[in-house]
Amino acid sequence: MAQAAIELIGINKSFGAVRANRDINLEIVRGTIHGIVGENGAGKSTLMSILYGFYQADSGEIRVGGQPASIKTPNDAIALGIGMVHQHFMLVDNFSVLENVILGAESDALLKKSIAKARSELERLEREYGLEVDPDAIIEELPVGLQQRVEILKALYRGAEILILDEPTGVLTPAEADHLFRILKQLKEQGKTVVLITHKLREIMAITDTVSVMRQGTMVATRETKKTTVEELAELMVGRRVLLRVEKGEAEAGGVKLAVKNLTVKDSRGVTMVDDVSFDLRAGEIVGIAGVAGNGQSELLEAISGIRHAVSGSVMLDGKPIDLTGKADPGELRDRGLAHVPEDRHHVGLVLAFEENENSILGYHDDPRYLKGPLLDIDAIRNDAKDKITKYDIRPADCRLKTANFSGGNQQKIVLAREMEQDPGVLIVGQPTRGVDVGAIEFIHKRLIAMRDQGKAVLVVSVELDEIRSLSDRILVMFAGRIVGERGPEASEGELGLLMAGVEQREAAE
Amino acid sequence: MDIFTAIVQILDSTIRLSVPLLLACLAGLYSERAGVFDIGLEGKMLVGAFAGAAAASVLHSALLGLGTAILISVAFALIHGFASITHRGNQIVSGVAINFIAAGSTIMLGQHWFQQGGRTPALAPGERFEAITWPGVDAVRGVPIIGPIYSELISGHSILVYIAFLMVPFTWWVLFRTRFGLRLRAVGENPAAVDTAGISVAWLRYRALICTGILTGVAGAYLSMVQNGGFVKDMTAGKGYIALAALIFAKWKPVNAMFACLLFGFLDALSIRLQGTPLPVIGKVPVQFMQALPYVLTVILLAGFIGKAIPPRAGGVPYVKER
Ligand SMILES: Nc1ncnc2c1ncn2[C@@H]1O[C@H](COP(=O)(O)OP(=O)(O)O)[C@@H](O)[C@H]1O
Ligand SMILES: [Mg+2]
Repeated sequence: MAQAAIELIGINKSFGAVRANRDINLEIVRGTIHGIVGENGAGKSTLMSILYGFYQADSGEIRVGGQPASIKTPNDAIALGIGMVHQHFMLVDNFSVLENVILGAESDALLKKSIAKARSELERLEREYGLEVDPDAIIEELPVGLQQRVEILKALYRGAEILILDEPTGVLTPAEADHLFRILKQLKEQGKTVVLITHKLREIMAITDTVSVMRQGTMVATRETKKTTVEELAELMVGRRVLLRVEKGEAEAGGVKLAVKNLTVKDSRGVTMVDDVSFDLRAGEIVGIAGVAGNGQSELLEAISGIRHAVSGSVMLDGKPIDLTGKADPGELRDRGLAHVPEDRHHVGLVLAFEENENSILGYHDDPRYLKGPLLDIDAIRNDAKDKITKYDIRPADCRLKTANFSGGNQQKIVLAREMEQDPGVLIVGQPTRGVDVGAIEFIHKRLIAMRDQGKAVLVVSVELDEIRSLSDRILVMFAGRIVGERGPEASEGELGLLMAGVEQREAAE
Repeated sequence: MDIFTAIVQILDSTIRLSVPLLLACLAGLYSERAGVFDIGLEGKMLVGAFAGAAAASVLHSALLGLGTAILISVAFALIHGFASITHRGNQIVSGVAINFIAAGSTIMLGQHWFQQGGRTPALAPGERFEAITWPGVDAVRGVPIIGPIYSELISGHSILVYIAFLMVPFTWWVLFRTRFGLRLRAVGENPAAVDTAGISVAWLRYRALICTGILTGVAGAYLSMVQNGGFVKDMTAGKGYIALAALIFAKWKPVNAMFACLLFGFLDALSIRLQGTPLPVIGKVPVQFMQALPYVLTVILLAGFIGKAIPPRAGGVPYVKER
């Protein structure tokens, strides 16, 4: 008979006025992979952090292996065989892998013995699970995929029987994610229990045995994965029907708005990131740039928007060149009708400590519409922000709220509203829906297509292949800084995947 | 007097002048490595100096004086901890407050207890730490080069001087070879990692601050019970701040800290030595200029000659789990 590894009964947790978890009941069967899905802010991380003893529940009961357990600190959870890989890694960046693994699990007051023990134990784990990583490497020098592996090793080193992973694939390339899933399956075969939190429904379908759905702090359903569908899960998550693929008509491409010619860009270390790239972007079309993260897309965007210095080549906007020395005034480009939604909205797109209305005009604050003489016209700014909030369904509908207090999806809408409402001729969007919920993804996609239908030129860079395929009229694939192919939207995932992995290119070279 | 003797004398006073800096700098190293900025080193040294001299003169014991200095200094460190760890207050504000309290309370209590204008009574021989003469000093004194180095530089300091320099390898060993050190460094970089590893962030930081308090206590005792025969108001005279500068200059590493403090001590010794002495070419340099030299150098060094000093990443930020 299936035995419950974990039972959560009537869990409640509030942060101030926010009720992050209400009356949650959940049973996780031993030796299975249990998925938990839900939009950002649904309370998934909070629930798992309670199980791990990081937060204390306001009320409710936890049972581990059928026994009531009092989990007050992570130590209690670790002692009960619960390990957790947090959404934001809990690693000390300038420590070695070994030091991170033993931290808190040192066997004695001096480090020598602990380190020796950890070294041999890591070798064993490496053999058993294929979790290879150099024990002496410094964390910050490792790619995120390996950092995550260190987190898994940390949990296994502490003897975890139940492993919780909070959004583990958010930072991984598709290949790294596949590797992770193989490891998780292997852990399951060894009898371990895995709890996988994600908002990517496809991953849930691919790897879990059971899936639970959370919405606004409550547990709305638990299903056997075999007996559910992506559509049903999406509907449960959002609470209404969602279109996973937006409808769109044929593009009516017009004249060239943006012409990129032989563009080459190097990063700060002198490595060529964009290598002789040329393409045109026309009015009334969406061009998507696909590629695994780190193949030069970010640098391409930055060069086009005048933020990053280009080594050679040219970019023409409406037939006039853009200054590629990296000293371009982004304000000037905005005046010329080029709007830019940056990839990293937290660092580049928004000032999180500002109020929503302040962010909604950032960069356009010199516009006479928002000015009264030399001063800002606060009323005009707030009314303008309120209009955008209504039009883009930004929630909560409070233009005085601090931007940090909006969810990721709503923050993205704030940036999009700001840039789109300026009615630019060219819109450049990096990762339009990174960290955005299913419901908001649909909305953002519809907006981008509406822009196109108004005859604007739209350039989208995304690492989500699904997104590229459903939005784009033409798809350019980037690999190692070059554009390795152009395809229509009908191109299959497999075909694009091969291009993204650089396979085609190698064959052509032979 | 030949040049060699002059050099030995300058180096000898370099050591004496470096000691309070070094102790304070290592003190700051413990708390800053644990992620708690401590601008209150100055204040803690000052209360340590006062408590040490006061207790020594009343109890007629240098050791009891030292113990009292450490006790009071640790108490002040715990106040800083209470404000900035338990109550997540601003660490700079708390540190500045401690400096003010220290400056005011030492004068007030000193005047109240001893009525000597804020001074403590001059310490009698048994109430202060005496210089220790190493074996064989008299025998080697006559030997050229080695003789003066052994008898002047190495021998003839108080026990606190040797303790200060022994603290350097000891601190290195604690930081890099013990479990406590690993955790202390981790909590200064990423307290959430320490918390999720099942270790109490608050208790760990408190322990780091206790280390800080002990060392600033010794530093204070050195000022009032070794360098000077009693407490004089404001006798730390900015050494706590120089120690902080040395800490940055040393990139938060113990051995570097020793060299940084020796450098500052050397400049101080040089400025004292050169006061009133005409220099070739330049001529006579005003006293004030020489006294300002260590500070000027600090600014220059910090402004560009040490490369990038990356402080512990969680430094200065109170650890908040639930917003
Ligand atoms: N440490 C915290 N302090 C205050 N509020 C928090 C904290 N962590 C999460 N929240 C709030 O609780 C809610 C649930 O968040 P979370 O559990 O992180 O959701 P999820 O992981 O499903 O995206 C959100 O509204 C979030 O803002
Ligand atoms: Mg989460």
